[in-house]
Amino acid sequence: MKESFFFQAMVYLAAAVVMVPIAKKVGLGSVLGYLLAGVLIGPACLQFVGQEGTDIMHFAEFGVVMMLFVIGLELEPSRLWRLRKAILGMGGVQIAATALLTGGLALLFNVVWQQALVLGLIIALSSTAIVLQSLNEKGLMQTAAGQGSFAVLLFQDIAVIPMLALFPLLATATPATQAGGDHGSASLIDSLPVWLQPIVLLGSVAFIIVAGRYLTPPLFRVVAKTGMRELFTATALLLVVGIAVLMTTVGLSPALGTFLAGVVLANSEYRHELESDIDPFKGLLLGLFFIAVGASIDFQLIMANPLLIISLVLSIMLCKLLVLLAIGRSFNLSTEQNLIFSFGLCQIGEFAFVLFSFTAQEGILPKSLTDIMTAVVAISMAFTPLVMLLNDKLILPRLGVKKEDDRESDVAAEDNPVIIAGYGHFGNTIGRFLQANNVGTTVLDVDSDNVTWLRRMGFKVYYGDASRHDLLDIAGAARAKIIVIAINDPEKRLELIETVKKHFPNLHILVRSTNRYDAYDLMNAGMLHIYRETLDTSLRLGVDALTLLGHRAHEASRAAKTFFIHDERTLKRLSAIRNEDEYLMAARESMDELERVIQADRNATSLHIEEGWDDATLALEAKGTN
Amino acid sequence: MARILLQFAHPILSKSRIHATLLQACLNLKNVTINDLYEQYPDLYINVEREQRLLLSHDIIIFQHPFYWYSSPAIIKQWFDLVLEHNWAYGSRGNALAGKSMMNAISCGGSRQAYTPTGTNRFTINQFLAPFDQTAHLCKMTYLPPFVIHATHRLTADELTEYGNQYCSVLSALANDRFTPDNFEGIQYINELVTR
Repeated sequence: MKESFFFQAMVYLAAAVVMVPIAKKVGLGSVLGYLLAGVLIGPACLQFVGQEGTDIMHFAEFGVVMMLFVIGLELEPSRLWRLRKAILGMGGVQIAATALLTGGLALLFNVVWQQALVLGLIIALSSTAIVLQSLNEKGLMQTAAGQGSFAVLLFQDIAVIPMLALFPLLATATPATQAGGDHGSASLIDSLPVWLQPIVLLGSVAFIIVAGRYLTPPLFRVVAKTGMRELFTATALLLVVGIAVLMTTVGLSPALGTFLAGVVLANSEYRHELESDIDPFKGLLLGLFFIAVGASIDFQLIMANPLLIISLVLSIMLCKLLVLLAIGRSFNLSTEQNLIFSFGLCQIGEFAFVLFSFTAQEGILPKSLTDIMTAVVAISMAFTPLVMLLNDKLILPRLGVKKEDDRESDVAAEDNPVIIAGYGHFGNTIGRFLQANNVGTTVLDVDSDNVTWLRRMGFKVYYGDASRHDLLDIAGAARAKIIVIAINDPEKRLELIETVKKHFPNLHILVRSTNRYDAYDLMNAGMLHIYRETLDTSLRLGVDALTLLGHRAHEASRAAKTFFIHDERTLKRLSAIRNEDEYLMAARESMDELERVIQADRNATSLHIEEGWDDATLALEAKGTN
Repeated sequence: MARILLQFAHPILSKSRIHATLLQACLNLKNVTINDLYEQYPDLYINVEREQRLLLSHDIIIFQHPFYWYSSPAIIKQWFDLVLEHNWAYGSRGNALAGKSMMNAISCGGSRQAYTPTGTNRFTINQFLAPFDQTAHLCKMTYLPPFVIHATHRLTADELTEYGNQYCSVLSALANDRFTPDNFEGIQYINELVTR
């Protein structure tokens, strides 16, 4: 029975459904939850999963590929270009320094230099899956630490390709299996003449860019016209899988290929649609991947050499941490940001599994060593959420940002009537306005650089994720009257709303929304005070445009007010319609929606005439014609 | 029973003790709807439809406001301009308000003596209120004598409480139809009906 696919699926899903909420509840984050779920169902505990855990891991690695596609979608080429210094600088130095340091240490333990170099390079890699997932979950992607981590991870993903090419040259023994592993070595390209290989490589990259720009948009348009949502999803999946196949065929990293495709499509109109289609698959596969990592931890091997393995894990993580700290410092990260950055990246990444099995097959590293190292990798990944937690709860509070807390305010002193969550350009205007009217505000923000700066300016600002209810408690949410949710991430906003509704029903919630769709989600979440962030500004511009065209200023501004009220009313009306049409394809929906809005504009009887001021009928009556 | 609509207008109520007291006095009265205009329309963007609906569902319309520059705060003028539409409130087909009553309840800094032909303000309160009187007339409404508080800057706490009581009496008498048209003959202020 254990072999049946459905039984397997049930075990994995059940483990995730049980463990992840528990882990989240106690503040451990979802990654650790998945890992624990894996350990639970793995050979060490319930033994639902045996050796096939490794196969599932290979399959689930596809989640990483999808994640890079989604990341690519959020990264326009211009932004990537701006990050080039961080990617090359931080990433390059990180790999070189870590490889030298750990490889050097390996030399001390009488490992031959070729093997030491290979070990060092593999150890230098960090886990894209764990780090980005955790940073996203905490809403830290836009901070200096988040951007730095991203740059380093991207460089590492790119670096895997030359590593795969380089390692066979470093082999000291004959390959165990001539056919090679599933990654790279058996690719089509090997059968081509040497002069043709770079051309094929460059050709396939060029193909992705050209096809992404010119072929996919018309394809998506055709698919969207069919009005079948699942077909769009299928096309999106086909795109990702197809690129992965192409990349594997020519011996490039599939993750890199899909990332490239994502970047190319970042400017296309189907970006959001693609993102929301791929996202659930990405999430599930990543979850599966983490479970598989948890399940593949070989506790027997660990029990056999507990001291060796634990000391390896700790010393490797320490080495990586030191290198990362030095890099963060030299790239001017503030201490708090640097700690988040360094603690986040100090594990060994999932690519190490691939590379270790590859090196064992190619006879580059002895099997006894790679077995131990595979356990080390798994444990270091399992440690990551713990280490991040340690940093969050024990180290950061003792430093900079929070040190000032202890000095100038104790918990009970925080009695401001207003809490502002998110102090970017949106939140800080609200804060300044309230301050100018002598209303005390308590501010929560996740960007520690921002927090440090604001504190220097004399604001009461707390560092941390506002959706954590303990932090809200410290900020005085139980006694405040209003919470302003000005965070720019829509999902974070919804999360925070849930927390507030559950733990602090006393608070009025005033929430920022990005656009109409976002406003609908907020309405569904029961929000009454919703502020679309561009509406007022657009209308103000419209007023000035009318005025410049010769309209009277007062009439123009009254017209804007009328339009504003009309638009808010339309929003409420259409939100009811929308709920019924939820199965409509999102891509089509946005067009239909705009159509409905414009129709509503046309049907509004008086968008600009003030009857009382207009004496047309009076004039008629005076002339005796009425 | 008459339903009273109290159209209240004060741009800075937080600084006013007179109007806060008056509002407090009528807060618990039955059949009185308080419509706080500046609170409803902070940007003077009046919802005409809503206001007309309110007018239709009440019998007596009272404008309660400080007597700024011998008249009302701006929002009441805006209200008149926009809400009292031609062929709705007035004009050959405008009969929506016919038969209803209108009244002002005002506070002014000057003494009653100042509002006499020989006083600094030269005209009486009733003369200054002529535009309201005539507006009511054009809308086929009855214009009632105003409720007036004079010399607000010199008012003691006791006097203020007394005014609050007077206001309360006036409103409840109006709501309960205790005044007849004859009562209004020959008086300047409606206050006189409850102080005698």
